[in-house]
Amino acid sequence: MRAALILGALLSGLALIGALVSFLWTPADVTQLAIAQKLLPPSGQHWLGTDHFGRDMLSMIMVGARISIAVALVAVGIGMGFGVPLGLLAAARGGWLDEVVMRGNDLVFAFPSLVIAILITAALGPSALNAIIAIGIFNIPVFARVTRGGALPIWTLDYIRAAQVAGKGATRISIQHILPNIANLLIVQGTIQFSLGILAEAGLSYVGLGAQPPTPSWGRMLAEAQTMVALAPHVAIIPGLAIVVTVLGLNLLGDGLRDALDPRLRRSP
Amino acid sequence: MLRYVIRRLISLGLSLLLASALIFSVVELVPGDPASFMLGTGAQPETLAALRQQMGLDLPLPLRYLHWLGGVATGDLGHSFTYKTPVAGMILDRMQVSLPLALLALVLAAAVALPIGMFAAARRGRAGDTAVMATVQIGIALPNFWFAMLLVLLFAVNLRWLPAGGFPGWDHPAAALKSLLLPAAALALPQAAILARVLRSALVDTLGQDYIRTARAKGLSAGQALRRHALRNALIPVLTILGMQFSFLLAGAIIIENVFYLPGLGRLIFQAITQRDLIVVQGAVLVLVAAVILVTFLVDLSYALADPRLRA
Amino acid sequence: MIQARDLSVEIGAHDILRGIDLALPPGRITGLVGESGSGKSMAALAIMGLLPQGMRASGRVDLDGQNLLDLPERALCRIRGRRIGMIFQEPMTALNPLMTIGDQVAEVLRIHQGLDRRAALDHARDRLDRVGLTTPRFPLTLYPHQLSGGQRQRVAIALAIALRPDLLIADEPTTALDVTTQARILDLLRGLVRDEGMALLLITHDLAVVAGIADQVAVMQRGAIVEQGPTEQVFRQQRHAYTRALFAASTHQPRLVLPSTEPRPLLQVTGAVREYPLPRRGLTGRRESLRAVDGVSFRIDAGESVGLVGESGCGKSTLTRAILSLDPLQGGGIRFEGQDIRAGRTMPRALRARMQAVFQDPFGSFDPRWRVERLLAEPFHLTGRPRDWREQVAEALFEVDIPGDALHRHIHEFSGGQRQRIAIARALIIKPRLIVLDEAVSALDVRVRAQVLDLLAQLRRSHGLAYLFISHDLSVVRQITDRVMIMQKGRIVESGPTHAVLDRPQHPYTQSLLAAAPRIPAEWQAPAQADKTAATPAPS
Repeated sequence: MRAALILGALLSGLALIGALVSFLWTPADVTQLAIAQKLLPPSGQHWLGTDHFGRDMLSMIMVGARISIAVALVAVGIGMGFGVPLGLLAAARGGWLDEVVMRGNDLVFAFPSLVIAILITAALGPSALNAIIAIGIFNIPVFARVTRGGALPIWTLDYIRAAQVAGKGATRISIQHILPNIANLLIVQGTIQFSLGILAEAGLSYVGLGAQPPTPSWGRMLAEAQTMVALAPHVAIIPGLAIVVTVLGLNLLGDGLRDALDPRLRRSP
Repeated sequence: MLRYVIRRLISLGLSLLLASALIFSVVELVPGDPASFMLGTGAQPETLAALRQQMGLDLPLPLRYLHWLGGVATGDLGHSFTYKTPVAGMILDRMQVSLPLALLALVLAAAVALPIGMFAAARRGRAGDTAVMATVQIGIALPNFWFAMLLVLLFAVNLRWLPAGGFPGWDHPAAALKSLLLPAAALALPQAAILARVLRSALVDTLGQDYIRTARAKGLSAGQALRRHALRNALIPVLTILGMQFSFLLAGAIIIENVFYLPGLGRLIFQAITQRDLIVVQGAVLVLVAAVILVTFLVDLSYALADPRLRA
Repeated sequence: MIQARDLSVEIGAHDILRGIDLALPPGRITGLVGESGSGKSMAALAIMGLLPQGMRASGRVDLDGQNLLDLPERALCRIRGRRIGMIFQEPMTALNPLMTIGDQVAEVLRIHQGLDRRAALDHARDRLDRVGLTTPRFPLTLYPHQLSGGQRQRVAIALAIALRPDLLIADEPTTALDVTTQARILDLLRGLVRDEGMALLLITHDLAVVAGIADQVAVMQRGAIVEQGPTEQVFRQQRHAYTRALFAASTHQPRLVLPSTEPRPLLQVTGAVREYPLPRRGLTGRRESLRAVDGVSFRIDAGESVGLVGESGCGKSTLTRAILSLDPLQGGGIRFEGQDIRAGRTMPRALRARMQAVFQDPFGSFDPRWRVERLLAEPFHLTGRPRDWREQVAEALFEVDIPGDALHRHIHEFSGGQRQRIAIARALIIKPRLIVLDEAVSALDVRVRAQVLDLLAQLRRSHGLAYLFISHDLSVVRQITDRVMIMQKGRIVESGPTHAVLDRPQHPYTQSLLAAAPRIPAEWQAPAQADKTAATPAPS
């Protein structure tokens, strides 16, 4: 499935490039309102049309990609940073510690990121930071589980026994043997959580728990477009398509990486 | 079996207790005094004092929590200070929309995913599998609230088959069901895509097991081996995902209610957030989280029913 | 009669089987022997019409004058399970874990004869009785996880013979089982062939199993049958060079090493006890425990090779883990080189460096992401990496006959036998006094095993090593050890010089182990190997 890998990289790369380019240049200034030009359909001048304030949709999409990518990326970082060590620890020590980590995981799983965001927002008010924290917390048990699930079968293998006979302790074995052997699992899970993060950020922004005006974000563009769906469908369709293309690309990338990194498929003499 | 159930029950109780403590402590995150935070700066001193009294803010934190917990145990989630009614009643009211919506979506998702997953697994590696799974990939990438907008555009605005939003109440069951149809579909389809994918890979895994080879050596056709042996074994991992999906569906329902202006729990929560009515937020979130924990518990029990190895 | 003629299998441009001719007459047992990768399992799957996707069979498989290879899948489904039954190697995974054994046997009758569930279950009861799973101990409502490996293999046999097929194919049916269980399963198969008049195709890597049971034998090498005929004739004449090589390897005796005259104790185990808690029965039942190791005492002298033999679950793995200081003991003690081993993380590095280990699984023994150089150097963690570590690694590789260019390769580039050599090199690198060999040759083919045993004997001479050789296989223990200990249910029931124990066993358990072990009759050995007959046990 090399095709999935390439297509995935291309599709998800679009958003990344759009976000990076937007720091230097956008087709139009997104801070300039031009009510006279509102809700124009896609044309030669505005490739993707304009929104209800007359802002260029392509520029909005490019700038909006920044917050999506930033939130999802940091949330994956939080999930990996806490989840991977927890998972390694649970697998290495077993027993009651494992039980505590896993039950803690179950507990966090009972709080979908939306619920966490609701709680934080209710107490502290809405902001993009809430979205990062909410999605990040949700990612922790995901990575802990994947790490532990990948580590446990490796702990039963004889090369771990050999390392123990060579006098290595659980920490050293976890870092030298376990981590490199589950790296591909983590990379694949990372792309999946990245794509889920983009979906979640869009959802949170859509209900007003994420990025706040005037920062353009895909979810908020959709929220603002909702009342105009019948009037100018393109303002509702285009941000959604941006999300779908990016998430689809990341999922394909994850699948492609899974196959490309699978030692069973790669191992040829 | 009894041991297993008891162990699960204990872990259920612990989870509920911890979750309630976490939710309760959110009030403590509020900068300054919770009561004045909720009422804003222009509040009358008497109202403020009354609210402080109601929230028991003069008590130390652990006592306050126990007090609150005692209320929760007897079905008392406190009084909303904006609506001046018991929170429990409000939530019960709203659940009449949210719960049927999530359940309908769950059934819909399972009904769509099952045949798709089986079809793809039976044709694994061939053109039919590739085509179906490519479509499923797009389904997974759909944000449900955007998909909901597209559904409204097509079925409500253009075709005018179904209402674009609102809820007539259960006094008119047919109309009520009709108004839940689009939201449920919007919620269900992305989840169905995930479920179909999980089912397919679980089936492909079990189809590689030794007992499938035994079944084929018995004279079962490939299809019979899939239906009689692989499916039940594959359902165990699928059950896990199904349980987790319920929590996503509940969370998703909160967002979807916004698209369709449904008077569910989600609307209540967002109104409460804008009104800074922390008591309502607390109660509603507690109900949501408790529902998720309960469903996880039920999934754990159904494992034991599905797998004789756990019954020992 | 079922007959394969000129049966070939290919995948793409690769031949997997070439021109197999095999006649399987009713009431007779045909042994198909060969090393791993010789294509013997593929031959069975080709006859069943169950080849993996992408493989293509040509030639003929005749049943009643019909070529099975020409039949459509629907027709094959009516033949599988009714005319040809098959059982596989791994009884632990061969049965559906979610279905009762009664239903799994009954399913055969329901799909082929359209019986209703009740009638099919009645019939299933009868078939389970026939394979020795009788009422009331084995009700139809049992699930596979409630049965042992041998019992599960009996269920697999019951469902394969439920409709009295013309041919039963058994692919390594006893390889995963203990020797006493193996003997009983082979007895059952023999009785079924006699009573029901079916043909049995027995696929195995073990010449001794074939010698004890098969009427005729076919020897496979690289996808072709190199020799076949009546078993005794093939065994006596050994016309093909490959057959001779297999025989020589299976009775191979490495050069003896004389134990030192002045015994100095290296390892002393006294009263070792290790218990595991068992799951509680009911809610209030007392928590019982299993004594995996129950008061074991023994000693190993410097330079001595000691065998530890027992069936699965006897506690030998637990004992091994305690000696390697990977798990703690609950009672008794272990002294190594005069120092106490307090199992756990506390074993001093210098002490641990004097004891190394080689494990069973040549595929799981090495981190797939490390290169050989780094793998071999891992034990230097105990001693500190010397400046000339690269030279020492190269030297260790040289000692085990692995070419020096191996240093920069990954482990998947090596065969099973080469991996076990590399594992031995890894154990040698810090010059230990004792090497614990945990089933170290069990996963190897017979010819490779003979070479590795030679290597171990030679290293013992040149380095003055002591071995603790853990195995379930009596013949291997006979080949490599001076002294042997027989372990049963956590206790050592008999020990002494290897030849004395194996030739004149005193304990009934040792006697039953020896009686159950299949062997090639001494008088079948070709004259060229007559001098080796002394190395095989006298029939007890």
